[in-house]
Amino acid sequence: MSESVSIRIAGAGRDSASDAAVKPAVSDVVTVSAQDTREDPLKPASPSWFVAKVNPVSRIIGALLLCIPMFFSLDLVSATTALGIEFVLLWIGGVAPWTVCRRTWPVWIAALGSFISVFLYAKVSGRILWSVGWIVISEGSFPLALATAIRVAAIAVPGVILALGLDPTDLADGLVEILHFSPRFVYGGLAGMRMFTLLQDDWRALGLSQRSRGLGDGNAVSRALSQAFGLLVLSIRRATKLATAMEARGFGSDAPRSQARISRLKAVDWLFYAICLSVPLISLGVAIATGHWRLAFTGGA
Amino acid sequence: MRVEPAAVKASGWGWRHATRKDFALRAVDFAIRPGERVLLLGASGAGKSTLMAGLAGVLGGDEEGEQEGSLTIDGVDAREARGRVGLVLQDPDSQIILERLGDDAAFGCENLNVPRSEIWERVRESLDLVGLGALDLRRSTRHLSGGQRQRLALAGVLAMKPGLLLLDEPTANLDPAGVQEVHDAVRQVIETTGQTMVVVEHHIDVWLDLVDRVIVLGRPDADSLSGGVIADGTPAEVFASMGDLLAEGGAWVPGRAIPDYRPGTRVIVEADDTEALPADSNVDSNKESASAGDQSDIDGFGNDVKTVAAKTAGHPVLSCRDLSFGRGTALGTGIDLDFHAGEVTALMGPNGAGKSTFALTLAGLLRPIDGQVLVAEELAPSPNRREPIHWKSRELLGRIGMVFQEPEHQFAANFVRDEVSIGPKSMGQSQDEAYRTADRMLERMNLTRFAKANPYTLSGGEKRRLSVASMLAAAPRILVMDEPTFGQDFRTWTEMVRLIAAIRDHGSCVIMVTHDEALVDALGARRVMFQEGSEA
Repeated sequence: MSESVSIRIAGAGRDSASDAAVKPAVSDVVTVSAQDTREDPLKPASPSWFVAKVNPVSRIIGALLLCIPMFFSLDLVSATTALGIEFVLLWIGGVAPWTVCRRTWPVWIAALGSFISVFLYAKVSGRILWSVGWIVISEGSFPLALATAIRVAAIAVPGVILALGLDPTDLADGLVEILHFSPRFVYGGLAGMRMFTLLQDDWRALGLSQRSRGLGDGNAVSRALSQAFGLLVLSIRRATKLATAMEARGFGSDAPRSQARISRLKAVDWLFYAICLSVPLISLGVAIATGHWRLAFTGGA
Repeated sequence: MRVEPAAVKASGWGWRHATRKDFALRAVDFAIRPGERVLLLGASGAGKSTLMAGLAGVLGGDEEGEQEGSLTIDGVDAREARGRVGLVLQDPDSQIILERLGDDAAFGCENLNVPRSEIWERVRESLDLVGLGALDLRRSTRHLSGGQRQRLALAGVLAMKPGLLLLDEPTANLDPAGVQEVHDAVRQVIETTGQTMVVVEHHIDVWLDLVDRVIVLGRPDADSLSGGVIADGTPAEVFASMGDLLAEGGAWVPGRAIPDYRPGTRVIVEADDTEALPADSNVDSNKESASAGDQSDIDGFGNDVKTVAAKTAGHPVLSCRDLSFGRGTALGTGIDLDFHAGEVTALMGPNGAGKSTFALTLAGLLRPIDGQVLVAEELAPSPNRREPIHWKSRELLGRIGMVFQEPEHQFAANFVRDEVSIGPKSMGQSQDEAYRTADRMLERMNLTRFAKANPYTLSGGEKRRLSVASMLAAAPRILVMDEPTFGQDFRTWTEMVRLIAAIRDHGSCVIMVTHDEALVDALGARRVMFQEGSEA
């Protein structure tokens, strides 16, 4: 779409009034860039060749196996070990550490945020070093803050990487065929999600039309509110049309339904679960063995 | 692929939506033999779409409305005939259900519990029939053209092997190339399958070569059992006896003359046209700084129409200089064009070429990527502020108006009358004055009886007229319209042509994005073609 383009004036310009009775010819030509007609490249299901082989449902289960045990500890050793293992595993799986960092940047911002808040506001442990109002920095603040930040990363990084490239249709198939969710619910939701792109266009058009109608100068909040109301109305209308189209194709009855695509668990999925479970087990094991383990929710050992 | 064609029978059928007092249609009687191809006509409001939904069994149960009489497919109640009927609707956006082409075509089969191996066989066959067989089944449905989307919807329906194929204005939202694509796909399909077909369409000529029977529905009377089928026969019979009535009801009857509203045909500017259009005084309150320009050619708006032609010979009211436009990436660059008062310019070319984006840029709503859009000095809020993108929203009023392609994008009030009075009010008129202007516009647009209605409850044609009315109420000197006649029936179309001619003959500059050759011809508009450049 980036090809440069020129305009060519084909005719001599506008017709003069005396030519009006003559059937008008094209007076000007605007040349625009060619529309992208090539086929869309297929997007990989995951940046990792290994994860791409795994069923989408397993990716969600795997993420849960990875992170839930990690909620039960609060020490630096288990968090760091887990994060380290994850980076190595992802590297083996085809995602280099720098790629991981680049694609999970919001996680690192969240980790930094949790570091700052724990560092400044955590429960006092050890000698108080500095304090102003609510802010109390004690001896225990720094290790606790660091452990929290790394833990946030250790939980969220694999989750984000596993979610990258996840195909909603494949996930829906998995939810229906493997976890036996209601197809009405799952495919209804899936079709609804496609509406978001249309609603983005609607939102933009609503904003432009407000400007053209002289309503674009006022207070931004009330403008956004009326725009949001317009969007709500439009989304209901779009949803109604979509529901009719789906019903016209036989969707929504209680009659049995077949599946065009197969979604089932294979050996690779069980291997994936084992790997996912091993990460927290190893890291918690290391922490216990080295005597650093601290159970969360107990208020400290 | 061969399909057992279905027989359709309606006996005294009627339907009342649960939320409405009156029946949408009543006393409908007809019998369609297997394999017949029927064009269903009727004025807007005659219940064509309701009948189609009824045939497709998607009207819902007793809580959604009340049915009388019977409607059967092969002797089975239409509501129970799941899978025997396939319906293709008007809007290409809302008929694509899944992300990948093949999955979308397979969706209907899945719902009918067709075994997996057979699903894919049917999907391939259907896609071949509609001419999409060459595309990868995994291809995203997101970037398909309108014509491709409608053909995909047709393939998805076809894969269900319905004995009755229903097409509810399947081409109303497409450009001419898309209309042709869908028409050819449908021909291919019905010739191969031998299905029974019922199609609803204002543009009769599109389907004339494929139908062998025409059924016309009348508008139902609230109390009596009138309405129902008012004509039924071969196309030649029906058009011979009902041509005028059908045209009056909004159908595009073949062979009917298109009105001539080219510049110079002054007869059409009747007294009521000039009076109903907003007077110049509306604008003056907003024109604080345009003092010097008041004597110029631009100000010929309210003057005698006969002088307009002479005035357009002057300099342009709107021009682009070395303009690059687009959202993010430039779609076209280095564009120099002039637009004059009293002139209609049609921006034409294929879908997706960027005509709408260009129109929004001209209307001061999208920032040019490079270069300038310049408004004549006399029309600008001050002589050194000639680029509309830098104006305040309020300063656009009375100067540049934009009618959006989708009227619903434009609605901002809860009542039709308020909707139209927004512009005049923002321009400093009192509430009463603004209402007076609004009432004049509603009268002119034949919308007076909807003054207290919610804009969203109007029909398609009425919404379009309302969106034009609310823009015209602000009396813009430059009016940009995106597809003003899209999906309109013949009556609304004729009104729109008349109106645009009247605006032009008042000395306003009209720029419209359109595919509608008949519209451009009727107005004798200047054409600006958008063409895709070669890679060179």
